Amino acid sequence: MSMRGLAPSKPLSIGRKVLQINWGLVLLITLTAAIGIAMLYSAANGSWDPWATRQIVRYGVGLFILFTVALVDIRFWRSYAYLIYGILLVMLVAVEVVGSVGMGAQRWINLGVIKLQPSELMKVGIVLALARYFHSVSAENVRRLPYLFAPILMIGAPSALVLKQPDLGTALFLIMTGAAVFFAAGVRLWKFGLVFAAAGAAVPIAWSMLLPYQQKRIFTFLDPETDPLGAGYNILQSKIALGSGGLFGKGFMQGSQSHLNFLPEKQTDFIFTMLAEEFGMVGGLVLLGLYTLIMFYGYAISLRSRNHFGRLLAMGITCVLFIYVFINIAMVMGLIPVVGVPLPLISYGGTAMLTLMIGMGFLIGTYIHRDVTIPRHGGGI
Amino acid sequence: MYKDSSRFKSFSRRVAFLGGGKVLLFSLLAGRMYQLQVVESDKYKMLADENRINLRLLPPPRGSIVDRYGRALAVNQENYRVTLIAEQVRDIDTMLDTLSGIITLEDYERQRILREVRRRRRFVPVTVRENLDWRDVSRIEVNAPDLPGLSIEVGQSRQYPFAEDFAHVLGYVAAVSEKEITGDPLLELPGFKIGKNGVERVFDLNLRGKAGNTKVEVNAVGRIIRELSRQEGQPGADLRLTIDCDLQKLASDRLKGEKSASAAVIDVINGDVLALSSVPGYDPNEFVTGLSSKSWRRLINDPYAPLTNKAISGLYAPGSTFKMVVALAALEARIVAPDHRVFCRGHTELGSARFHCWKSHGHGWQDMYDAHQNSCDVYFYDVAKRVGVDRIAEMAKRLGLGAKTGIDLPSEKVGTIPTRAWKKALIGTPWQQGETLISGIGQGFVLTTPLQLAVMTARIANGGKAVTPRLIRPTDKDGKEVEPVFNELGISKRSLAVVREGMNRVTNVWPGTAYQARIPDQGMEMSGKTGTAQVRRISKAERDTRVLKNHERPWRERDHSLFVGFAPSDNPLYAVAVVVEHGGNGSKVAAPIARDLLLKTQRRASANREVASAGAKVSAKRKGT
Repeated sequence: MSMRGLAPSKPLSIGRKVLQINWGLVLLITLTAAIGIAMLYSAANGSWDPWATRQIVRYGVGLFILFTVALVDIRFWRSYAYLIYGILLVMLVAVEVVGSVGMGAQRWINLGVIKLQPSELMKVGIVLALARYFHSVSAENVRRLPYLFAPILMIGAPSALVLKQPDLGTALFLIMTGAAVFFAAGVRLWKFGLVFAAAGAAVPIAWSMLLPYQQKRIFTFLDPETDPLGAGYNILQSKIALGSGGLFGKGFMQGSQSHLNFLPEKQTDFIFTMLAEEFGMVGGLVLLGLYTLIMFYGYAISLRSRNHFGRLLAMGITCVLFIYVFINIAMVMGLIPVVGVPLPLISYGGTAMLTLMIGMGFLIGTYIHRDVTIPRHGGGI
Repeated sequence: MYKDSSRFKSFSRRVAFLGGGKVLLFSLLAGRMYQLQVVESDKYKMLADENRINLRLLPPPRGSIVDRYGRALAVNQENYRVTLIAEQVRDIDTMLDTLSGIITLEDYERQRILREVRRRRRFVPVTVRENLDWRDVSRIEVNAPDLPGLSIEVGQSRQYPFAEDFAHVLGYVAAVSEKEITGDPLLELPGFKIGKNGVERVFDLNLRGKAGNTKVEVNAVGRIIRELSRQEGQPGADLRLTIDCDLQKLASDRLKGEKSASAAVIDVINGDVLALSSVPGYDPNEFVTGLSSKSWRRLINDPYAPLTNKAISGLYAPGSTFKMVVALAALEARIVAPDHRVFCRGHTELGSARFHCWKSHGHGWQDMYDAHQNSCDVYFYDVAKRVGVDRIAEMAKRLGLGAKTGIDLPSEKVGTIPTRAWKKALIGTPWQQGETLISGIGQGFVLTTPLQLAVMTARIANGGKAVTPRLIRPTDKDGKEVEPVFNELGISKRSLAVVREGMNRVTNVWPGTAYQARIPDQGMEMSGKTGTAQVRRISKAERDTRVLKNHERPWRERDHSLFVGFAPSDNPLYAVAVVVEHGGNGSKVAAPIARDLLLKTQRRASANREVASAGAKVSAKRKGT
């Protein structure tokens, strides 16, 4: 209660906020998205239809949302963090209900203009909710077990719902995101060890709960060459595309694997493969470099924030971006099983773009409101 | 503030850990990129090329077949066909419904299409209909937007301009059957056709040529994107037959006057087959496009066997045309001399059995020349009895009977020349002397093909050389024609001269049995021998009252009408054999056909000599101007 008096937050005018926007970061995001649009243009064999044009529109809308999210006071987001999380959780349940009625796996809600995937948005929602929770918990209490039950439930509930869809990849994604925020918040390391041990013990049970196609994916990952025309086809063709790209690639729109349709899903999950086939290892490293720079901004913003909520939020968002990038690229290079995670800002897809732009909005918002201090309990605007 | 700063300290330490982990994992990604794109790049480049590059066969154009003067007998024609690619069609049934509104599709075609679609991979084109005319092509092209997956392709199809006139010589090409697949990938090409009969089958490998190939870039479903390189194949070699197209047509036209007949005209010196005809025939073009089961049943069930090449596969008792063999056997064995005389009373007796001459009143005294001229059966009963069946058979074999002539056509028959041993082995009972008598007039067990009879006549005509018939003139390495060398059969010129004189009298001296069918043109006279082969046994009762005339009997019981001959009589060049099944008397039916063929053959030969010399004059003139 005393903190409010010590550091009264000066209200910022909209004009000043706009000046505070981290334009370098916006430029990096735009550059990455532009690469994505170019790749979609190539994926359609040199045509703006059907993907590139729509992706431009999505990016435009996303940018608007990014600025909106960034300019709204961070205290507002803290206040409504649980509510937003709750709405997303309800949407996940709704998807589950619709899916069971529609006799099949459904992952999206049709809003007319966009088919919204709540599980995708949940990646940011979980960060928001955990940031608010750990913001309120003191450094001592973070070390105490009882304080961990609530946040574990926050991760567990959506993960279980997503797993039931069934979408193993996204469920693991949510757990990893949560774990990252836990770690950043200062949860003791041995507790992670405990969780890993528990997870190890749970593997046989989880395996029996997996659907045959999910089991097959894992088998295929372990030895893709045994079934080159069946389940292993995608990953094998992806490796051929990558490898044949070499150091400098085959040139824009010259990727034989991509353009002759050997490469599956080249506009979505396997778009990195296409980029690396056409622009080679150099192109792949440039993209990795761009992501690294964005994450570097994320770290700087996180460390610069004077409120713990902002720190955790920025760090969490940065981790979400990293997990996206790592899982996708590791997947197309055959390092991990194919789980269906898009390449952020590049892959064709509305919800992922929206999720990322909202996340980046929080990042920039944290920067704009870096000097706002928020008391541990309550506060806000 | 203290609390927050301690929390910040812990936070920044943790953040450093997280950052380090990220750097580590990103390095892992970069390392994997290096491994795939630099270290193993060559391997993957090769795999990518294997993916996209596909080797496709280019079927070579089939060689054409021409007659001895270069006139086309079998050619390739541009052929428009409509094909379907299953994977581009949403619903094949609906598409076929739409299509049958444009071109009429029979039910059996529809079933075949659906069957092939099921069997082949989804992107392999399946032929819907071949040999489209222009009207259908344009109608399909106009409706193309409603017919995704359909396309018009230009191919080549075999065409036989003379249709049934050459059916038995040329044969036909048709789709490869499962049994014929040898591992040559060309044979597995959809729509590829091979020779199934006749010359098309025997010379299939020469006509087929060698396949070329093209390297094409394909996409993941196998569709061709572009051609990368192309290696042309070797077209099939053209084939020149010894057949004279005009003569073949004449033979066919003349024989068509009969229900079932065949003829062969050969060059007695080099064995060239100038005409080889069997009637009725069939249209080989129907086989190329695929015969409907109705047409097939009609051909199979036709009592006149249109599918059989009777000139080489039809077996007939040679009848009186066999008498030269008996005469030569006797002369060569020095058992009888040409002036050996026999009195013909119209029949002769052997034990209790009576053997009749065709002339019931008898011929009176006959020597060997008379016996040929009048075709006296009693004379040859006597000679055959003296010579014995084994010596007759030996002479028959020398003259080319009882063995395949070796002509370049499939399914040639051997025939039968009986001997004592043959009967013992095959039937198990000993040879009866009466059977020798019957054999002496070319009846009983004796069976020959028309082509064998032509070869026999040619060997008599050419002075005893073992000529064999051929449809193709063999060439040496440089493509120059090789003249064949035939062995002497070891028959004395004197004996042959006797028989030839007998044959001369048949046609050229009244009252020879074929005097009515003589060639009056000087220098083109024909010698020959008629044959009337009985196909039924004439009962004693019938003989006692009156032997029914041929036209009074049902067709199947009428005699076969035969004629063999050569021309010109004094310097033989060509030999002919004509067999008209159940045609009746040889002199009345077969002999006139044989005369027409030999006359035309000789006229064409002299006309060609004139054309050749006229052509030489023209070219000389041109040079002058």
